[in-house]
Amino acid sequence: MSDVKIEITGLRKSFGQVEVLSGVDQRIEAGEVVCVIGPSGSGKSTLLRCVNLLEQPTGGRIVVDGIELTDPDTDIDAARTRIGMVFQQFNLFTHLSVLDNLTVAQRKVLGRSRDEAESVARQNLERVGLADRATAMPSQLSGGQQQRVGIARALAMNPDVMLFDEPTSALDPELVGDVLGVMRRLADEGMTMLVVTHEMQFAREVADRVLFMDGGVIVEQGNPAEVIGAPKQERTRSFLARVLDPTHAGE
Amino acid sequence: MAEATRPAKGGMSKRQRAKVGRGVQYVILLALVVVGAVLADWNKIGDAFFNVEVARALFPTVITTALVNTAVYTALGFAFGLGLALLLALMRLSSVGPYRWISGAYIEFFRGLPALLVFLSVGFGIPTAFEGLNLDRNLTIMLSLGIVGSAYMAETIRAGIKAVPGGQLEAARSLGMSHARATTTVVIPQAFRIILPPLTNELILLTKDSSLAFVLGATLSQQELTQFGRSALTSYESMTPILVVGLCYLVITIPLSVLQQRLERRFGPGGNGGQGSGA
Repeated sequence: MSDVKIEITGLRKSFGQVEVLSGVDQRIEAGEVVCVIGPSGSGKSTLLRCVNLLEQPTGGRIVVDGIELTDPDTDIDAARTRIGMVFQQFNLFTHLSVLDNLTVAQRKVLGRSRDEAESVARQNLERVGLADRATAMPSQLSGGQQQRVGIARALAMNPDVMLFDEPTSALDPELVGDVLGVMRRLADEGMTMLVVTHEMQFAREVADRVLFMDGGVIVEQGNPAEVIGAPKQERTRSFLARVLDPTHAGE
Repeated sequence: MAEATRPAKGGMSKRQRAKVGRGVQYVILLALVVVGAVLADWNKIGDAFFNVEVARALFPTVITTALVNTAVYTALGFAFGLGLALLLALMRLSSVGPYRWISGAYIEFFRGLPALLVFLSVGFGIPTAFEGLNLDRNLTIMLSLGIVGSAYMAETIRAGIKAVPGGQLEAARSLGMSHARATTTVVIPQAFRIILPPLTNELILLTKDSSLAFVLGATLSQQELTQFGRSALTSYESMTPILVVGLCYLVITIPLSVLQQRLERRFGPGGNGGQGSGA
């Protein structure tokens, strides 16, 4: 039986006169890992940010876990607690310790007690391999550690789906591996994930499905071997050529 | 090419010339100090500004009454002003048009008025305009200082809120916090860390503005530092009280600066939130 976690229908988004998303349809099932690739300005981050309504869609429907987020009467704050989000710039709360970053929303939004929130926080820090940094401030951590805390913070809310917005793009190359490792384990545990990424290797190995976006639409989609290994569309081929072999892209 | 880096015709390099220039400046400075010390009549100056007898007579009242009053008036005004300023800043950033207009008009109006006018208006205008409404003296001072301070601090707080990266609010919202909750738990605490230096500035300005309470009239026990100094000036016919109360202001403001630096090191941008050094 298929259990649809995220259903996007006819999604449009314009910023002023500029249409960034021109009709996107997508169904993501429970446990699926979907990677979104595409050139900058293709609308992939906007698509992701529409899924938890950080961007208000101009048109179309978004249903997550059976709740229509685009219905104006939906309690968006309650709905967002079930959708974890990881940002390119980490966005850890700089005035709070790592532990407090993980407990603040649990306590103030979910109403968990301090003890419960801290125990959930420590479990999730353990999951991302940072159990020993609970008392550190974000500024004392490396980028890779900050991003793993970002992932743990989202997981502490026990979300049903996780959104990743270019989670490794702001990292030094040698720190990317730790973050991708955490994401890979999460995928193995059966988390439903929508990942905007430039890491083709990750998409190829971890994704169940890859979406190639360009010009505000999904140009091509399918399993990674097809989309990355043997793209059918010319636009996909030229993008992949530029990404996978940048030194010869001009030829 | 190479000529540009070689010493100029005079034979001195740029560094040598700078060194000589600095030496000349030190000599001039020293000369001025020596001339001043020789020409001045130190006994007369000392008598005018620091007469030990007069200074001794001012204690302990200058501390127990005047300094305490200045501190209390300032604290009242700052507390009220800060609360009002936070409200005004949030109104100014609100998506509700009328809130923005009211806040903007308030700030423009009271930022442009001399504090003395505000003291006069609150102290004498309100009791006249609203008959029977006699404000307590402390309340009048609190309102006057708070009204003036809030107009400045509202802009400072607004700047601080806008300086918090947008990603902080987005992260808080993505965890399910409402806009109001995210603002109070994430944005405002970070904004205050950013604006600690200008806010301390404002507190120091208010400390000095509290001297305007003199226009309201005061009994002996209600005098703050400046008024106390002025009364003493007339009774002792010496400038010493002015020097003493001046030093008393510094007794308030310098510790505030030190406190600000401590807090900044601990909580400010780049600070470690009081966690000590990294593990």
